[in-house]
Amino acid sequence: MSRPLRCQEVVELVTDYLEGALSARDRRRFEAHIAGCEHCTRYLEQLRRTIATVGRLPRETLPDELRDDLLAAFRAWRE
Amino acid sequence: MLRSLRRRRPADDERALVEALRAGDEEAFRGLIARHHDALLRSAMTFVSSRAVAEEVVQETWLSVIAGLDGFEGRSSLKTWIFRILANRAMSRGAREARVVPLSSLGDEPTVDPDRFGAEGAWASPPRPWAPEDRALAAEARDRIEDAIAALPERQRLVITLRDVEGWPSGEVCVALDISENNQRVLLHRARAGVREALAGYLEEPA
Repeated sequence: MSRPLRCQEVVELVTDYLEGALSARDRRRFEAHIAGCEHCTRYLEQLRRTIATVGRLPRETLPDELRDDLLAAFRAWRE
Repeated sequence: MLRSLRRRRPADDERALVEALRAGDEEAFRGLIARHHDALLRSAMTFVSSRAVAEEVVQETWLSVIAGLDGFEGRSSLKTWIFRILANRAMSRGAREARVVPLSSLGDEPTVDPDRFGAEGAWASPPRPWAPEDRALAAEARDRIEDAIAALPERQRLVITLRDVEGWPSGEVCVALDISENNQRVLLHRARAGVREALAGYLEEPA
């Protein structure tokens, strides 16, 4: 196998890894590093937790007034 | 046949939705505007300087969508088409157009402070553990995240908003923003790393 990845390289590959964008070879190098490095394991977990938390941000809901204006416009245009 | 067991393809659902809208189906329109409001408002806010202007841009976008429905050709998804109308409207406001970061300046600066690594590229100052999930913490963590996202450069902000806040697939984000898969991942990674850093400042347990 090729040269092991360094921590400083691993942190820059996390998104490519999570997106499935690494080559099979780089994926093996990445996983081999993670398996033996608690710090990078933690970094990866923290990035995953960041993504999950971002995904739970509260939604902006459509204000009633805007909805009514838009429905009126939709009705007028379709008629 | 296997084919008959497959679920209806999203493209078929979308065609049905477009037909319903063209036929004047108010429930379909009501669902559409409710479903996309968050993504449109958040995206609009990355282009213009105030929430009030962003809200106007969203309203104008829907009026353009209504006027343009008959001309929609389905070459992109309805969502992408709506987003592009929004982006054009928002940029024509001009308020922050000058701030659009050219793609050439994506850069390869590291997303983690190089001082945190030793000469061999191994962690010298490794990430500290974070406090466990907790409801009170979660509410404030969300505020930190909103602030961190708002402080990102425009393209990073758009990408993380569409991918991680709204849950769009990468392909749709690339089409909507007219960027390559690779550039999209670079922007997403930088944005995520920036938000992680902001969250770390809040969730890290004392050394």
